[in-house]
Amino acid sequence: MLKSSVDRVAEATPHAIAKRMHGLSDRALAWLFVAPSIVLLLAVNIFPLIWTIRLSFTNFRVNRPNAEVEFVGLKNYLNILSDRDIWLTMQATAHFLIWTIVLQVLIGFALAYLINKKFRGNDLWTTIIVLPMMLSPAVVGNFWTFLYQPQIGLFNYAIGFLTGADPSSFSMIGDVALAPWAIIIVDTWMWTPFVMLICLAGLRSIPGSIYEAAECDRASKWRQFWTITIPLVLPFLMLAVLFRGIENFKMFDLVVQLTGGGPGSITELTSINLKREAFEKWRTGYASAYAVILFVTVFGLASIYVKALNKVKQR
Amino acid sequence: MSSYSVTEPSLRQKWVAGILVVGYALITILPLVWIIGTSFKSPSDAIAYPPKTFFTPTVEGYVNVFTTRTRLSPEQLQALGEPTTWYDKLVRKDGLVISGPSRFAERFTNSVIIGFGSTVLCIVLGTAAAYAFSRFKVPLKDDLLFFILSTRMMPPIAVAIPIFLMFRSLGLSDTHAGMILLYTAVNLSLSVWLLKGFIDEIPVEYEEAALIDGYTRFQAFYKVVLPQAATGIASTAIFCLIFAWNEYAFAVLLTSGNAQTAPPFIPTIIGVSGQDWPAVAAGATLFLVPVMVFTILLRKHLLRGITFGAVRK
Repeated sequence: MLKSSVDRVAEATPHAIAKRMHGLSDRALAWLFVAPSIVLLLAVNIFPLIWTIRLSFTNFRVNRPNAEVEFVGLKNYLNILSDRDIWLTMQATAHFLIWTIVLQVLIGFALAYLINKKFRGNDLWTTIIVLPMMLSPAVVGNFWTFLYQPQIGLFNYAIGFLTGADPSSFSMIGDVALAPWAIIIVDTWMWTPFVMLICLAGLRSIPGSIYEAAECDRASKWRQFWTITIPLVLPFLMLAVLFRGIENFKMFDLVVQLTGGGPGSITELTSINLKREAFEKWRTGYASAYAVILFVTVFGLASIYVKALNKVKQR
Repeated sequence: MSSYSVTEPSLRQKWVAGILVVGYALITILPLVWIIGTSFKSPSDAIAYPPKTFFTPTVEGYVNVFTTRTRLSPEQLQALGEPTTWYDKLVRKDGLVISGPSRFAERFTNSVIIGFGSTVLCIVLGTAAAYAFSRFKVPLKDDLLFFILSTRMMPPIAVAIPIFLMFRSLGLSDTHAGMILLYTAVNLSLSVWLLKGFIDEIPVEYEEAALIDGYTRFQAFYKVVLPQAATGIASTAIFCLIFAWNEYAFAVLLTSGNAQTAPPFIPTIIGVSGQDWPAVAAGATLFLVPVMVFTILLRKHLLRGITFGAVRK
């Protein structure tokens, strides 16, 4: 192996002189550079996480600091897993997750495919499409409540205009049947560009020569699409799904502002439910166990998924 | 058919694709245009049916978002005499007088302080760590990098309880310092991963040349690598700024009076008589437009930023 010139110079220099010349040694510098970040993350992420795990085995309540804290073993965990309401929350989260991912993948891929046709001005229009993605979800959720207003809202007016229905006859966020779709629509509006950008990068990474070779072999356009385009974009698409999956499993700000979990608890996703237990009912121990379960679920599902992703990449 | 190519889409395909994409773009931008439009409507125009596309613009919404107002009877208004300023005049025609500033300016300032504070910290810590990960043999490098990334997977609410307790005992709850520290930790994973990618792309040879010229490692980092990484650092900074600017969950749980940022505040804006939509829209517009401008500036690095450097164009 070739050594870099620096290493050779370093080896030839006597140790004492080298130290004076180079100031701190590389190793000391490496630790000096990495340590502050690791310490901060340990303090603000790992320490609280360990604390959460410890609290999850107790009946501690933040609003009763003087009450005796008892160790309750796995009771919190058992209570959560046997609670019917929590399973309903999980169902709401699954419904939201599955539909947002399906819609965003379909629309996002289609848009990327069309943009990749390189029509004139595609850069400008791509930038416009991307705008909603970077905005504050809480503020977005808040102004969509205005667009969803039964009579005066733009969304209801547009639907009324297109279908002939009376715009004041339905309420996207007040109706039990429509509210789950209200949050899916806003999330899709906001995050489809994310999937689109990743798909676009995937499409642009396919060398044109592959299509030329397929053309020589007289493969139909349809066949080229399914045997070249889709398999080569798939790793990108799966990455996009991973990001969206993790983000939407944690979903809090947008939905809290949009529906607040209502009507009833029909759009109460797990994070919103958790916030209620922790910061409204102040069942700290119980909420901590809940948080641990959620974290383990995200981490577990993400790890399995990443394994699958790596398999697809290797093919 | 001189320049026929199988990979170049035909003119017809381009037209169809263009029309569909432009159609989608116009629909997707409509809610944003509508909110900006609403911020210039009068309260009665904002709740008109059918929704008004054309209206006489007014800055009443902007006046309302920065002030609190009280309703007075016509006799009381008479006794007050003529309004002295243009904004007084504007609210006077609704039978109101300005009774003081609202907390919007304060919340907005908090967002600016916490956003920029955490961004600076994030970039300083992130650049150092990224440089070390990129250039040195750090023990357990891959594990540490994965650990840094995994902190991003935690739902904020899951760690909010102990952070809440921790901040309370350290006297950090509802302070700028506490929020800056917290947002730095939240964005550090992004900053380390992105910056490592940018520094990886700078050839090592530049530093080696500098080292041979007698620079110390630190000087080489400071005088050679940093200027080369300037674009990467700038775009990473904008990402950190946008994410800190947009954050809501920690802000709503850990701040109340003193250090509250704009996102938890904007939805609580209410007028004298019920929901004042132009004022809410004005608050949202002031808050969102800077992000839109930054997004347009960032468009080349957007993909890289949102995927933590996993996908580079």
